[in-house]
Amino acid sequence: MLDFSLHARRGSFHLQVECAFASDWTVVFGPSGSGKSTLLRLLAGLDRPTRGRIALDKRALTETAAGLHLPPGRRHTALVAQQPALFPHLSVAANVAYGLRSLDRATRAARVVEMLALAGATNLAGRRPQDLSGGEAQRVALARALAPAPRLLLLDEPFSALDGSASDALLERLQLWLRENRVQAVMATHDVTDALAMGAEVLLLREGRLTALGPAAQVLAAERERISARLKT
Amino acid sequence: MDWQAFALSLRLATVTTAILLAIAVPLAALLVLGRGRWLAALEALATLPMVLPPTVLGFFLLVLLGPRTAVGRGITALLGHPLAFSFNGLVVGSVIYSLPFAVQPLVAGFASVDSSLVDAARLLGAGPVRLVSSILIPLARRSLLAAIVLSFLHTIGEFGVVLMLGGDIPGSTRTLSIVLYDQVENFDYAAANRTAAILLGMSVVALALIYSKTQKHGVRRA
Repeated sequence: MLDFSLHARRGSFHLQVECAFASDWTVVFGPSGSGKSTLLRLLAGLDRPTRGRIALDKRALTETAAGLHLPPGRRHTALVAQQPALFPHLSVAANVAYGLRSLDRATRAARVVEMLALAGATNLAGRRPQDLSGGEAQRVALARALAPAPRLLLLDEPFSALDGSASDALLERLQLWLRENRVQAVMATHDVTDALAMGAEVLLLREGRLTALGPAAQVLAAERERISARLKT
Repeated sequence: MDWQAFALSLRLATVTTAILLAIAVPLAALLVLGRGRWLAALEALATLPMVLPPTVLGFFLLVLLGPRTAVGRGITALLGHPLAFSFNGLVVGSVIYSLPFAVQPLVAGFASVDSSLVDAARLLGAGPVRLVSSILIPLARRSLLAAIVLSFLHTIGEFGVVLMLGGDIPGSTRTLSIVLYDQVENFDYAAANRTAAILLGMSVVALALIYSKTQKHGVRRA
């Protein structure tokens, strides 16, 4: 279970969210600039909140009052962003193996093969990131993020370069794998169809504030009514 | 040709460059990746030798390492001899004097690495040492080469600090720059020309090496 209460300032933007996700798959939905990426970066530990706390399965990851902020690599949290950020000087296989240094060579190699297969990128193992298409790079970024077996997976519009059917197939495989491995996922998107397709819990974010939390159909229907009412006035 | 001075200059430049790399790589990484207002003061301090006249720096070091200060007396007690007018003293002076020429290219190189790659490595568990060795250095290797070559050449050619701190002791502190100065003072222009040509040749070769590794060739398209 992911539980957080966060206050963060980025220039004139102010994020203030308090929430608890119990669902395996939560979608953070909101327009561009609503604070989705900021929230995910805070959860990943890449940025520090002005004040607040983050706990994963009751284990504190950030607790500003106590001066606690676990570094990103010690939070059992993975983040896959829209930009895959693959290391350009390493092969695809070496990228996926980067977070597996604690494993012995054979286990590491097997894990790389397993993760590339999950992401549908087995044939890319020997390639260089600069030789990949956008969609291929996103698949490799997903494999790399999952390889160290995180407890929490954060996805920031991660499959934008994949076409609809490829994205759906990958998401379906990913959801199954996450459930089997008891990994909680939070995905940020501004696409209504993405949010509905997941059939998941949706957190609606607007101008840095949580405005609704609940089942996707219910939250998005309320949001549609709000927009319709606003257009009529 | 004073081969003893030539060998001493090469030795001084090699030792200085090695020490500078050991200091400059972590320092540059700290300046790029660190947070805090004190980092600006640290960067200014690391850049100070670039704007300080070499003779002034040499004079300060001479006083600091001399018998009148606690630092100088402590070092003398530790080593059994004063640092001033010794090869080791020259190394200390050269490291301080050439520090900005090692740090600045590395800061520029590390800062040019995409921050999303740094974030990705941190998320995958890379600590500061691994982040620098596996991401920053490989992606900023041209800057590393520039730092090595600039540090080496700057040390080979330094004069003011060497003269102030080391004097002109053959085999110990007499470098090629000091030899050139002596030759000109003695109106031995033929020898001075040869010494100057060697110093110039080393610089040209080193710069050619930098540019051959850092220039991207080809026609630039609009």
